[in-house]
Amino acid sequence: MARFTDITATLGDTPLVGLPRLSPSPDIRLWVKLEGANPTGSVKDRVAAKMIEAAEDDGLLKPGSTILEPTSGNTGIAVAMLARRKGYKLIAVMPENTSLERRQLLTAFGAEIVFSPAAGGSNAAVAKARAMAAERPDLVMLNQYANPANAAAHYEGTGPELLRDLPEITHFVAGLGTTATLMGVGRYLREQAPGVQIVAAEPRYGELVYGLRNLDEGFVPELYDEKVLDRRLSVGTEDALRRTREILSEEGLFVGLSTGAVLHAGLALAREAAKAGRPADIAMLVADGGWKYLSTGAYSDGLDDAANALDGQVWA
Amino acid sequence: MSVQVRIPTILRTHTGGQKLVTGEGDSLAKLFDSLDAQHAGLKGRVVTDEGTLHRFVNVYINDEDVRFIGGLDAALADGDQVTILPAVAGGM
Repeated sequence: MARFTDITATLGDTPLVGLPRLSPSPDIRLWVKLEGANPTGSVKDRVAAKMIEAAEDDGLLKPGSTILEPTSGNTGIAVAMLARRKGYKLIAVMPENTSLERRQLLTAFGAEIVFSPAAGGSNAAVAKARAMAAERPDLVMLNQYANPANAAAHYEGTGPELLRDLPEITHFVAGLGTTATLMGVGRYLREQAPGVQIVAAEPRYGELVYGLRNLDEGFVPELYDEKVLDRRLSVGTEDALRRTREILSEEGLFVGLSTGAVLHAGLALAREAAKAGRPADIAMLVADGGWKYLSTGAYSDGLDDAANALDGQVWA
Repeated sequence: MSVQVRIPTILRTHTGGQKLVTGEGDSLAKLFDSLDAQHAGLKGRVVTDEGTLHRFVNVYINDEDVRFIGGLDAALADGDQVTILPAVAGGM
């Protein structure tokens, strides 16, 4: 049945798709879970719905409330859509070095955008939002880095869907931002399918994004528990970009840049399995499609030019 | 045994502005000792007095986060690349 009462009902149950052309052998299979199929086009629809529901249940959100949230784009877009339907306002605090499409989408969905400085990347956005929330107690901050509903959306949704569709899973790879995808899916798999390797692919941005004034401004999300992970791999801009193009040309999948980082890590795991002579079913999470990154030149410019253009941006 | 180490902007005050320095050692702990001899104060920014990595610092050996491969005891081989980065909030 593919008939729904309204757009929000299309959330979840996203397709799991094989990558036969990128898989190294019939015994080592790569799979991607396409979260771009969610209502506003990213995995963040799951967490936006869950966090808003939790805030309503707790009595924090009432008709007319204003939500405040630091976001590099996807969470803001997902929250903005639901907020408009439910009669809330959204103020999104976003680093100024994010793609044009993300600003346009936020505005289209009715959000107000407050920019934080490029230097310091998402750290600066989090700090700015927290300072604004301290000054204005009427604002409701969902606080996705610390909100248990964020990880719960993946523990209750993404994880069970994945295991239902791929009971033979040996590895799960996802990008590391708020860490909630890996925490939620990781905990679910640890309980239901012990032995599955939980691997984080962490984007390594250009220097500007790490431009803190001192180390004490560093940030580790409250949700993060390293015991849930087996490995954490750092993937640079150029590798992520190269893989984003590879999955497009080889498999016909048009995905965002964070998926390039995830694929780079997944292919490394596939190579290791091949070397060890072990079969593997490696599931990777595709957080979004490529649409929001077209203006960066990621799909059209020369590789070096595109990498340079992305260097100072929070591209995942 | 020679290992290249990428230094983040915030720690380059200890390396005279150099982005890339070279150190010695067959473990991460020994590498930081050798680096500190040439770049005074660097080790103290990365390793705490208790002998663990600073909470807001991530260190990678060939792109692998060292906290999952033994921490400061992680083994190094000739030609390895080490990257030090401050822990920052990712995309969200």
